[in-house]
Formats: sequence, structure tokens, C-alpha cells
Amino acid sequence: MNTTALSTPTRLPAFGWFPVWQRNFLVWRKLALPSILGNLADPLIYMLGLGYGLGAMLPEINGTSYVAFLAAGTVCASTMNAATFEALYSAFSRMHVQKTWDAILNTPLGLADVVAGELFWAATKSLFSGAAILVVVAVLGLTHGPLALWALPAIVLTGLAFAALGLIWNALAPSYDFFMYYFTLFITPMTLISGVFFPTDQLPGWLATVGGWLPLAQGVALVRPLLAGEVPPNALIHIMVLLATAGVAFVIALRLTRRRLLK
Amino acid sequence: MAALDVQDLRKTYGGTEVVAGLSFAVEAGRCFGLLGPNGAGKTTTLRLCLGLTGPDSGAVRLNGCAIPDQAQQARARVGVVPQFDNLDPDFTCAENLLVFGRYFGMKDADIRARIPELLEFASLSSKADAKISSLSGGMKRRLTLARALVNDPDIVFLDEPTTGLDPQARHLIWDRLKQLKSAGKTLILTTHFMDEAERLCDTLIVIDHGRKIAEGSPRQLIAEHIEPQVVEAYDEAGGDLPAFVDAHRQLAGRVETSGETAFFYCSDPRPLLARLAEAPGLRYVHRASNLEDVFIKLTGRELRD
Repeated sequence: MNTTALSTPTRLPAFGWFPVWQRNFLVWRKLALPSILGNLADPLIYMLGLGYGLGAMLPEINGTSYVAFLAAGTVCASTMNAATFEALYSAFSRMHVQKTWDAILNTPLGLADVVAGELFWAATKSLFSGAAILVVVAVLGLTHGPLALWALPAIVLTGLAFAALGLIWNALAPSYDFFMYYFTLFITPMTLISGVFFPTDQLPGWLATVGGWLPLAQGVALVRPLLAGEVPPNALIHIMVLLATAGVAFVIALRLTRRRLLK
Repeated sequence: MAALDVQDLRKTYGGTEVVAGLSFAVEAGRCFGLLGPNGAGKTTTLRLCLGLTGPDSGAVRLNGCAIPDQAQQARARVGVVPQFDNLDPDFTCAENLLVFGRYFGMKDADIRARIPELLEFASLSSKADAKISSLSGGMKRRLTLARALVNDPDIVFLDEPTTGLDPQARHLIWDRLKQLKSAGKTLILTTHFMDEAERLCDTLIVIDHGRKIAEGSPRQLIAEHIEPQVVEAYDEAGGDLPAFVDAHRQLAGRVETSGETAFFYCSDPRPLLARLAEAPGLRYVHRASNLEDVFIKLTGRELRD
């Protein structure tokens, strides 16, 4: 065996997450097509079914058809779901079942690199998902002009926020069963009060106010005007709320994961 | 400089002191064994040495780096074979090595250049593109060993490297570990196979309840702690072992009974062997004492679960 010392290049610690992201990307690449089609089918069926079926019975909402209204909500909900699934089920498999994280922690990488790699990977998957819906929506003629392309960074921000939130729950989960509570107690109610399926002014005032601050509503508030060809009002506030959610949730997720794995 | 230096290390989990004031040093280029029954604190000690958890008190220096503060820097020159295989099931053998090398910040070209050599070392050259699920237990262990060498480490930690392997697979692992030792690597090994420790380790410590209870080379430990010869006698078809033991206790330095077997530890076994030859219904084996006898003497015969 050759024993000449290989020089280990000094890497900026800020990029330690990259090989972790790269690992997940390599796994995904092997199953890319079925993965994209699978992520696309479910939300599209809902969007087209409800949008055209239910939409035919409904009046226009703020001057747009119901299906166009629902399209923006579907982009955000798909983004949220993709980031959440990745940060819960897939990250849990790597952390708890396959012990992939343990293997990585025996290298010069630290837990912050691993959790950040998972955060960025889950956000990447949510971008694939959100962007795929966006393409279909554009092909259906439900977008208005190039401003819709700005939905892509909004999707990334939404994905980061939900990836970080999911990683908190992942750090606390004793088993896969635990993730059901996250969906029934958090994701599903949030989807209903964040303006995905209907405008929040249909809700009691206090519930609409609560809903308006939830991260999904922040994403919707950015994406819906962009698809309609308008600059979102208060865009900076929504961007900051999503960034702050992602940042704070990441710090909490990292602390909880550290307590779980490195105790 | 010692490859690993541990001073008065302590770690408590839930009110139990799992590592209770452990000190030892490992010279570079040697094979060091960390022995102890299940639950003695071996794996926790390794985790502390690698900086995967912080000690309550005490100091660790690994390859000159203070642990856990400079653990990530230290781990750049270290390889780890964990107790349970955590190879990436989604990748082939070669991909496992490539992806792992990236965690060390190595360039893809450098890793790819090294993969054939690593696979050959693991006797897996024909398995470069095989899925992990198609490998036997022994092959997985060898790939895990090759993976631990991807960064050409100075120090390799091995946590029970041959547990669960058949004799052929164990011998191949032992052979590779000897090769690594002759190549100048420091090996730090936990095991509860005493023949493994006896074959591989230059020095070893035995720990129990988080404390060091013996230290030395395998030969030293045998010479210090135990009589050089063992006669094991057991009942075969109606012999009266308890009566024999009572009658001949004085012929051995120490006698231990465990189930149906009596262990006579002695310096000169000849008188005892003569009596045994005449005893009806008893079978016996005479052998040199080994590390397992020392281990049992130090940690007791009762089960550890």
C-alpha cells in the first residue's frame, strides 16, 4: 500500500456543507426522472382538477381565474412539501437508519456542515419541485410575463425556511411515525390558512392575521403577484421573514441535533 | 510525540460514570488495543478521542491536536472503521470511496487515482461497480476499512473490526491490519476477541466500568496476571468433577469452575495431568494460558449484557 502522504487541501470551513450536498445530489441523480415525475404528478392533479373543475363554478378572484389563483398556491405548497419531505423522511433515513451522518462525522467535517448540507439539499429538491410546477403553469398560459422568473428565488427562500423547520422536527423524532404529527398539526392547517386554496379574507380576522405571518403565506405573497406579472407589495418584508425563519430554525435544528448525536 | 495521549478522562451519562478517570498513551506506529467486556466504556472512549462528544473532565491529544477543540483538524489525518457498517447503500463500492474522499476535501482526480489501489487492498478489485447490497459481511467490512484509508491517515481507529465475521474473513482483516502496521500506521483497536488482541496488539489496556484495570503487552499481561499453564477438565459420562476438584485443588495455583468445566491454573501441570489420566469419566485439555484467561480473571465470569 502506498503510504506517501496525500496533502489534504485546506478548505474554507464555510464550504464544508458542499460535499454533503454533493452526496445527496449524486443519489438523486440516479433516480432523477422518476423522482421529478413523482413530485409533479400529485400537485398537478390537484391543481388541474380543483382549478378547472371547481374553478368553473367560482367567480374570478381579484380579476384572475380560480385556476391561475390556485397555480401560485400550488407552486408554494409543492415547494413546501418537497423541502419538508426531504428534511423529515430522507434526512431521518440518513441520520438514524443508514447512519450516513455518523460516517461523515468521522471525517474532518462537523455537524454544522452535515446539517447545512441537508438544509441546502432539501432547498434544492424543493426548487426542482417548485420549478417543475412553474414550467407546467407557464405552459398552460397561467403566468404573465418574465417577472414570473423571479418566482424561482422566492421558491428557494420558501424551500430554505421549510427545510430548516423540518430539520428541527427531524432532530426530535424518535421514529418515522412522529412525522405524521408534523403534517397534521402544522403543515396541513397552515396550507389551509395561507391562501393556497382560497383568499385569506374568507377567514375570521384573527386567523387570517396568524396565517399571514406563517412562512407558507410569505411565499404565496411573493409568488402570486409574480406569476400575475406584478411586483409583490412589501416584497422586502416577506423576503426578510423567510430568511429569518430559515436562519433561526437552522440554529435551533443544529442545537437539537447536536444534543441528539454528540451528547 | 504520542499519536494519542489521554489524561484522566471522565464522562458521565445519566448518573453513571461511563469513563471514570482513564489515562493512556499510544506511541506512533504501534497497534494499541482497548479491551473490555460489553458496556466497559470502549466505544465512548473512542468517541471522546475523536471529539464526537466532549469529556466532563480530562484531556485528549490526538496527533498533536487538542480534542475536542481541534478535533476536525485532527480527524483529517485519521481513519475510522466503526463498529456497525455505515456504507452508503445507494452507491457502488467505487462511489462510496469517491464520496467519502470528498468529505476530506480531496480532489475528485486524486480520489479516483487512489480507488484501484484501495479496492485491491480490500481484495475488492472486481467489485468496483457492485452495489453494497450485493456484498457479503466480510466484503462490507473490507470496504469500510478501505474507506477509512481514503485520506491515507496516520492513525486508524477500529471499533470491533471483526465482530460478526467468519474465520476466513477475520484472517483476511488481520492480514491487512498487519500490512498497515508495517506501513507505519498507528492502529487503535477495540475488541473482545482475545486472540485478535494477542495477534495484533503491541500494547493493550483492559478497562472495566470505565477504569483501566491492566496495561501491558499481551505476553506481559499473561506473565503478570496468571499461571502459565491451564488444564480444563470437564465431565464426560458420569465422572464426578466436583469431587475431583475438591480432592486435587492443591495441585493447581488457582481453580475456577464454570458450569461443567473446571479450570486449573498451574505452573507445573504434570502431577495434575497424571491424576486426570486415572480419573474415570473426566476429559481434559492442557494448553498454555492466553489473554482470554487474563481477561476472565480480571473482569470475572459473569455475563455482561
